[in-house]
Amino acid sequence: MNLATFIQNILNSLTLGSLYALVAIGYTMVYGILRLINFAHSEIFMLGAYFVFWGITLVHLPWPVAMVLAILVTASLGVLVDQVAYRPLRDAPRISALISSIGVSFFLQNVAIVFFQAIPREVYRPAWLEDPILVHGVRVLPLTLFVPLLSLVLMLLLVYIVYRTKTGLGMRAISKDIETSYLMGVPVNRVIAVTFGIGSALAAASGIMWALRYPQLQPIMGTIPGFKAFIAAVFGGIGSIQGAVIGGLTLGFIEIMTVAFFPDLAGYRDAFAFVLLILVLMVKPTGLLGERPEDKV
Amino acid sequence: MRRGRTILLNVLAIGVFGLLLHLAEGYCNGYQLQILNLIAINIILALSLNLIYGFTGLFSLGHAGFMAIGAYVCSILIMTPDQKDMLFLLQPAYDWVQTAHAPFFAAVLAGGAVAAIFGAVVGIPLLRLGDDYLGIATLGFAEIIRVVANNVPRLTNGALGFKGIPAYADLWWNFGWALVALYVIVRLLQSNTGNVLKAIRDNEIAAKAMGVDVFRYKLLSFTVGSFFAGVGGALLASLLTTIDPKMFLFTLTFNVLMIVVAGGLGSLTGSVLAGIGITVLLEWLRVVENPVDLLGFSLPGIPGMRMVVFSLALIVIILFRREGLMGMRELTWRSLAGVFSRGKA
Repeated sequence: MNLATFIQNILNSLTLGSLYALVAIGYTMVYGILRLINFAHSEIFMLGAYFVFWGITLVHLPWPVAMVLAILVTASLGVLVDQVAYRPLRDAPRISALISSIGVSFFLQNVAIVFFQAIPREVYRPAWLEDPILVHGVRVLPLTLFVPLLSLVLMLLLVYIVYRTKTGLGMRAISKDIETSYLMGVPVNRVIAVTFGIGSALAAASGIMWALRYPQLQPIMGTIPGFKAFIAAVFGGIGSIQGAVIGGLTLGFIEIMTVAFFPDLAGYRDAFAFVLLILVLMVKPTGLLGERPEDKV
Repeated sequence: MRRGRTILLNVLAIGVFGLLLHLAEGYCNGYQLQILNLIAINIILALSLNLIYGFTGLFSLGHAGFMAIGAYVCSILIMTPDQKDMLFLLQPAYDWVQTAHAPFFAAVLAGGAVAAIFGAVVGIPLLRLGDDYLGIATLGFAEIIRVVANNVPRLTNGALGFKGIPAYADLWWNFGWALVALYVIVRLLQSNTGNVLKAIRDNEIAAKAMGVDVFRYKLLSFTVGSFFAGVGGALLASLLTTIDPKMFLFTLTFNVLMIVVAGGLGSLTGSVLAGIGITVLLEWLRVVENPVDLLGFSLPGIPGMRMVVFSLALIVIILFRREGLMGMRELTWRSLAGVFSRGKA
């Protein structure tokens, strides 16, 4: 492998890794607060991509406007899912909400099949993202710079919200102890709704950029990236935003580099993440940065 | 009710049921028979998942993986070497795959046994995990199985899968295995072991404090459950006569989970009833996916609608009737008798 290919692979890993990271943040935030694996998150990712597609092809919106609108619509959808399917189950055993989220996931996926049809669709890509540019003799796809940069901006925005605003303070309080947060006057339900909104917005952004990177839309396109992003969250330590970012990037690097160095293993690509997951859970179930509350008697 | 009378009633019920099966075989058409067969297999799968999740509290999402193992093992064993010669077009099968052959009963048993071995092997590391971690890890296991099935063409014929698997799985085999599954799991749960399993489900820490070797019992339940998941997969392979890795997606696990939740976690008779109801419902829902003629207008079929209704049903159940059809209650001769005597009074 020469240097140019190596650099391309690094950029590809960064791109894939930041896409995983954005989705992983949504999983980790919801898990941190509600202890719920939100299976519907991967469908939110898929719908975000579809909304942009329809915005451009049906309403003829300019590309950036369609993207912002799609992110907003998807974020509201995420909040709606929480209100309808999870909120009534707050006091139920945790597994009930989990089953509900599996149900929502299948529901959204099949609604997408009904309305958008199962056939894969081509995605429009703006030319300035698609035409390779030459940097010191290395052909670089602008997209592989655009995706990590936009992801970084979004993550910084998130860090600002979580650590510098009152809502963020509420999120951190709830993730420590939801009961006490109620007592201390944290508007728990509103903060949870905001959390779902932010998580879904990031997932939508990731889904849209995923559709630019791998320009095909399919109702089942969210499933595999969703699982992998969840694994990234577990790997980084679920509940920790930094962990989710580290986990996502690590997973991106492992996937791209393993296939780059051992092309024979390409067919097993989708299994890497799951093997990593099982190894992590066996060696350090709390992940890199996670802390596990001990069982209370 | 005395024990002897219960046994007598059970034997009678099985006899009546056998008679009904005999009649069904004579009078039902192929499609109806297919649904009856699917009911039996779904009951086996639901019972096994209920043992793992409903009675032991192990949230496992790996059923499709164990079914895949059972299906592939059984298919390899019941296809003749000539058939396999024709089937493995891309790459020839391994010699031991090529020559392996066994009668149907042994093949199903082997499918279950291999699934059980896998269950024990993955259970040893994974069962130490907490509930939703266990769910996601077992889901990962099932996905790995599927990816491997896709990538080892000399064992599984890759993405093409198997076609023309001998269709041995008739009503008698399927319902026979369903009865075996019901009997084994009922006996297991009525024994002291069953009490320990329920204790682990209700409060693991308390069970530990009582000196229960929690891990060993979890492993036992998980292995038995995997065995019957493998048996279900084996029967399904022979019933459908074709299998490929795409068949064992997460959707398959979802269907089984749906039956168990609808019937009631921790109710075996609930699983049986929901197994019947949901299999019929799923078939009936095919109507919405087929074109319909309505007063001369033909409405086009809507692909995907079936699963929309189905997943909506799951959400509604979990939101409004979390305990499912039966909750943790069982339908027994005694409870039936109770209903009738109350009716008289």
